[in-house]
Amino acid sequence: MRPVDHAEASSHFIEAKAHLEFHDRRLWDLRLKRDRQAHRIPEWEELRNLASAIKEHTLSHLADYLERFEAQAKSNGAHVHWARDAGEHNQIVYDILSAHGARTLVKSKSMLTEECDMRPFLEARDVKVIETDLGERIQQLDDEPPSHIVVPAVHKLRGDVSQVFARTIGSEPGNNDPHYLAEAMRRNTRPYFLGAEAGMTGANFAVAETGSFVVCTNEGNADLSANVPKLHIACIGIEKIIPRIEHLAVFIRLLSRSALGSPITQYTSHFRAPRPGTELHIVLVDNGRSQRLGMQDFWYSLKCIRCGACMNTCPVYRRSGGLSYGATYSGPIGIIIDPAFDIRKYSTLPYASTLNGSCSNVCPVKINIHDQIYKWRQVVAERNQLPLVKKEAIRILGKVLSDPRLYRAAISATGLAIEHLPRFAIYNWLNPWGRQREVPEPPKQSFRSWYVENRGQP
Amino acid sequence: MTARDAILAAVRANQPAPAPPVPPVPLFEPASLSLLEAFQNSLASMGGKFAPAPGAGGLDALVRSLFPDAAVICSATPEVGGTRRLDRNTEAAALADVDVGVVRAAFGVAETGSVWLSEAELQVNALAYLAQHLVVLLDPHSIVGNLHQAYHDPRFKTARYAVLVTGPSATADIEGVLIHGAQGVRSLTMALVRPGAEPARRPNSPRH
Repeated sequence: MRPVDHAEASSHFIEAKAHLEFHDRRLWDLRLKRDRQAHRIPEWEELRNLASAIKEHTLSHLADYLERFEAQAKSNGAHVHWARDAGEHNQIVYDILSAHGARTLVKSKSMLTEECDMRPFLEARDVKVIETDLGERIQQLDDEPPSHIVVPAVHKLRGDVSQVFARTIGSEPGNNDPHYLAEAMRRNTRPYFLGAEAGMTGANFAVAETGSFVVCTNEGNADLSANVPKLHIACIGIEKIIPRIEHLAVFIRLLSRSALGSPITQYTSHFRAPRPGTELHIVLVDNGRSQRLGMQDFWYSLKCIRCGACMNTCPVYRRSGGLSYGATYSGPIGIIIDPAFDIRKYSTLPYASTLNGSCSNVCPVKINIHDQIYKWRQVVAERNQLPLVKKEAIRILGKVLSDPRLYRAAISATGLAIEHLPRFAIYNWLNPWGRQREVPEPPKQSFRSWYVENRGQP
Repeated sequence: MTARDAILAAVRANQPAPAPPVPPVPLFEPASLSLLEAFQNSLASMGGKFAPAPGAGGLDALVRSLFPDAAVICSATPEVGGTRRLDRNTEAAALADVDVGVVRAAFGVAETGSVWLSEAELQVNALAYLAQHLVVLLDPHSIVGNLHQAYHDPRFKTARYAVLVTGPSATADIEGVLIHGAQGVRSLTMALVRPGAEPARRPNSPRH
C-alpha cells in the first residue's frame, strides 16, 4: 500500500481559493468562540486538570472499569457485546439487525463506525443505512468520508451542498439557501425516523458506576434514532469509560465549549436502560485501543474526547482540509492516532504540523499532542519510512547544526544566496516551502557577528 | 477465548502504571448573578424563548396563544390539557403529527440554560423530538447553579433515559449558518411557572 501523500493531497485543496479561505476562517472562528467560553470560566484550567486526571486514572484501571460498566449495563437490561476489531464489530451489528429483521438503520454520527467502515459492510448485506446528522448525511450522499470529527462537511460551501442534494434527494437545483437545504433534509429524513426498525448512536462517555452512556448532539437526531425505533444499538470504543456520574460534569462543561464554543450541546442525553418493550444493545469495541494502551509514549491519545479543538486551531489542518489526511481521523489528533493503526500508510502525517504546540494548549484533556507528533516522527525515521529527499535533508541539517563552523558558514551563504540568486534557483522543487510563500528577507547581519562586533569574542 | 476475555486480558496486560484515584470534584459554586437571571441569559444564548406569565385562561390558553395555528397539542403534564392524550404506552411514531409538545421539567441549570427531562416527565421520550415545537414548564425555584450541582441529582442514577435539553434542535453544518429546527423541535419556549395550578380539563374525545 502506498503511503498517504498529505502534501500532494493538500495542494488540490489549496487550489480551490474560495473553499480554502472559508475553511480557514470558519475553523478559526470556532477557535475564537472556544476562547471566549473558556475565559468566562474561572476554573477552566482546573477543569482541564481534572479531566486529564480522571482519564489517566480510568485508563490505568481500564479493565476493572470495563467489567463494572458491563455488569451495571446488564443489570439495567441492556445486552453487551464485545468486538476485538472492525470486522467483529460490523458482524455483531449485522447479526443484531438481522435477528430483528431490521432492513433500515437510522444513525447518528459516530467516528467509531467510520473507523470500522461499517456502512459499506451493512449495505452489501441489504441494510439501508441513513446518516441523520446533517453534515454526515451530506458526506454520505456525496460518497465522501467526514473531513472533520465535529463538523463533517465543513470543507463544502453551500453551492456544493445544493448540488449534492439536487442530485440525491431532489431539492431544487440552484437553490443554495442553507435554510432551504436544511429543511429539505429534515423532510427527507423524517419518514426514515418513523419507519426504521433500528436506530444507532455512538457515545461520548460511558459511566462505569451506572452502566449508562452519554450522547451529545445539537440536531436532535441521536435522540430520534434512539427513541423512535424499538431497537437501539450503541457502538462504544473501550476508551470512553469514566468512573462516576459526577465526573460527567467536568467533561460536559469542557466538551462543547472546546468543540463549538457553546456552553453545552442542545441535547446531552443519558441512556441507562431500554424503554419498556424495546431492546438496547451496547457494542464495546477495541480495534487497536488495547494495543495503543501499551505504547509508552502514545497511550495518552486515548484520553481524547473528540472535541476537534486541536483541528480548529491547527494552521496546517485549516489550510489543507481533513480529506487530505486520507484517514478516519485528521488534524493533530489524527496524526497521533492514525500511525498507531498503520505506520507505513500514515508515515507522512506526523510531518503535517509546524509543532507550534497550539493543539496541546487548547486540548481539554491536556494531551501532549505536539510532543507525540515529534515522537511519531522519530518512530517513522527509525522504521525507515522517510522519503529519500527528506532523509537526506535531515542528515545534512543534522551535520550542519552540530558543527558551529559549518553552521556559521551556512548562515552567511544562505543570506547571500537569497539576496543574489535568481528566483528559479530558490523557488524550485527542492524547496517545497517556497511554493506558496516568499522566502523571508535575510537579516543584514547575523546575531553572532553583531555580538562579536559589539561585545567581543564569546 | 471469547472476544470479551481477549480484550480484557489485553487491556490488563497493557494498561499503564496505576494513576492516582481522582479526588472528589469540587462544586465550583457559581458567583453573583441570580440563578434565574443567569438561566434566562444562558437559554436565550442557546436559542430558547420565554413565554409571558399565564393570564386568566391559565396554561392551556397560554399555549394556545403561543401557537394559534397548532392543530395537535400534546401534553405530558396534567397542567395542560392540549388536544391529544398521551400516556406511557403511546407509540412513539404516533406523535409524528404533533405540532406542539408540552412537558414539565424536573429542574433547570443556570450555567447552561438546560432543563432536565426523563421518561417520568416525558411519558414518551420522542415527544421532545417529534413535535414541531416544545413548550417546557419550569419552576423557577428548581434552578441549580451549574452542571456539577445538576449531576448530583440522584435521578441520573435511576432514570432509564435522562436528557439535558438546552434550546431547540440546531445545526450549523452548512457554512456555519445557524438554523433552528434541524431534526428535532423548531422552537423551545420556556414557561416559568410553579407547579400546583389547577389541573386543566382533559379533552373529552381525543382526535385519533
